[in-house]
Amino acid sequence: MKILRLRKEKLDLFASVVQQFGELHAPVEQDGKYVFKRLTRWAEARLDYDRTILPPKKYFLPPRETLFRYRPGEGFLPSTEGLNQRIILFGLHACDVYSLNILDRVFAGKYNDPYYQARRRNIAIIGIDCTPDKQCFCRSMRADFVDHGFDLFFYDTGDYYQALVGTALGDDMVLATGNLFEAVDAADIDDYKRRSWNKRRAFQLDVEIRDLPEIFEMEYQSEIWEELGAKCLSCGSCSMVCPTCYCYDVSDDVELGSRAGKRTRSWDSCLFADHALVASGENFRGPRASRIKFRFYHKQRGFVAEYGRPSCVGCGRCTTACPVGIDVVQVIDRLRRVQDVASR
Amino acid sequence: MLLVDDVATYHPIVSGNPYQPHMARIVRIYKMVENNHLFTLRFLEDNLAHSFRHQPGQFIMLSVPGAGEIPISISSSPSRPEVLELCVRRVGRVTNALYRLHTNDVVGVRGPYGNGYPIPEMQGNDLLLAAGGLGMAPLRSLLWYALDHRDKFNNIILMYGTKRPEDMLFREELLALVDRTDMNCLLTVDADPSGTWKNHIGLLPTLFDYAKIEPLHTYASVCGPPVVYKFILQRLLELGFPKNRILMSLERRMKCGIGKCGHCSIGYKYTCLQGPIFTYWDAINLPEMI
Repeated sequence: MKILRLRKEKLDLFASVVQQFGELHAPVEQDGKYVFKRLTRWAEARLDYDRTILPPKKYFLPPRETLFRYRPGEGFLPSTEGLNQRIILFGLHACDVYSLNILDRVFAGKYNDPYYQARRRNIAIIGIDCTPDKQCFCRSMRADFVDHGFDLFFYDTGDYYQALVGTALGDDMVLATGNLFEAVDAADIDDYKRRSWNKRRAFQLDVEIRDLPEIFEMEYQSEIWEELGAKCLSCGSCSMVCPTCYCYDVSDDVELGSRAGKRTRSWDSCLFADHALVASGENFRGPRASRIKFRFYHKQRGFVAEYGRPSCVGCGRCTTACPVGIDVVQVIDRLRRVQDVASR
Repeated sequence: MLLVDDVATYHPIVSGNPYQPHMARIVRIYKMVENNHLFTLRFLEDNLAHSFRHQPGQFIMLSVPGAGEIPISISSSPSRPEVLELCVRRVGRVTNALYRLHTNDVVGVRGPYGNGYPIPEMQGNDLLLAAGGLGMAPLRSLLWYALDHRDKFNNIILMYGTKRPEDMLFREELLALVDRTDMNCLLTVDADPSGTWKNHIGLLPTLFDYAKIEPLHTYASVCGPPVVYKFILQRLLELGFPKNRILMSLERRMKCGIGKCGHCSIGYKYTCLQGPIFTYWDAINLPEMI
């Protein structure tokens, strides 16, 4: 991999050059929190942000998107709305880049999702490293570092950013700046290693994910699920803010006064009461306890069986967003805890 | 160097969109049972009508323009191509909209999806098809596939039960099979108030008395409401069926049919990809399956 360095004070210059590749979006502050948003000027970008309210999935799987327009006599015409837009998404943390790599697996395969894939190809990713806070457990989820899925990734090494060039497009961005980027030397590598070590020690949370699928199987009847079900409001906030929750609903709407219409998909959540409800009235996951168990089970056990790893990246958003304080790390800790059999 | 204006944007929508419904004409609506009509469809594109092939047990996603899209199992056999037969119960928003349509109206179809029955494994074995109520809809595809490829299967037994004779799907067609000597077609009704029923009367499991079954050389395909699974599965296990020789067709909410939307997930499997045909062994290992 091509590795270069960029003097920190040149970053704004790089940002101005890179805009020729697409519309520049980055985390900006909004009411004390952060959101990914189009920049009107570079100074708005807050690269020291902790986490954004919504993850970058909103760019690739928008909260609402039109799949087809329907016209009598013509059938279903695929919508191409917004798919051509070229965007530079600047400042993704490793966990968020990792989450896109996970979504890539879901939206590819035998049935490629062309809407997701078109956006993935047309939106460039520039990652930046970060310091873990008290909600972060990406290291436990093996998502504190990414080796692909970005065009460029910047590591803060003090006076410089060390830039990993991930794609040909990333290389073109570097070349477009002329001589802004420099070669790295042995001292830069050492700077990186020191910082990598420091980052590792900064984590305050740790969960063990090896054999977690087996623990989930063993604790399938645990009373913890009833307790969580009694607490959960089924608001779906955890799913909305989750960078890897991809469930969606599809609905058809007819335009007033005509027989034409459109087919829209929108974010959905397995916490919603009708997620597994069929037309006959049968609900395969009716009780709230069954729904919240399913969410945990699918992320930490089901996804492992399908794709070889949990779909959780440890970003901490669900814990931050939950209005009743359900904390994924605490739930896993409790499932793992050795209980006194006699007291059961 | 690539610049924003020069780069041909990536745009694969026009070709290979797996969500694209293909328009099909309703060529026949047959009122089999009250609120359980059989819709026969044919794709408007002739090429597609000729080339569309499915496996027994697979399903399609059916679009009723303006109402929505739902999964429906295919009731016709792939051995009888060119048209698709769908047995649709009038129960929700989309099916109600379908029932307002007429012959020659147009709907959307994409698929086929799902695993279907494991035909290569089943060949050379006895087949036991056990259905209750609406469970005949997906099994009918397997039944006619087996009868049209009669040399590939050993004994074929059908056990089908409904509440009353007038609830029986494909009634005339199945009654015509009772006299066939190359299969054992057992039909029963719970009760016959009209007094016209000439076949068995009694609950579905009573039909086991009329069938000779060798569990180690048979694949049992079961479909029906939960009560059917409960009693039939129990009986099959008593007979000594290995759990992977019992096949079940499951129903789930689906929005995509291709493993993306998440609704049909059971444990760690998607009904739309790894199902809708599951073995009883799968059922034991997948929580909340039946």
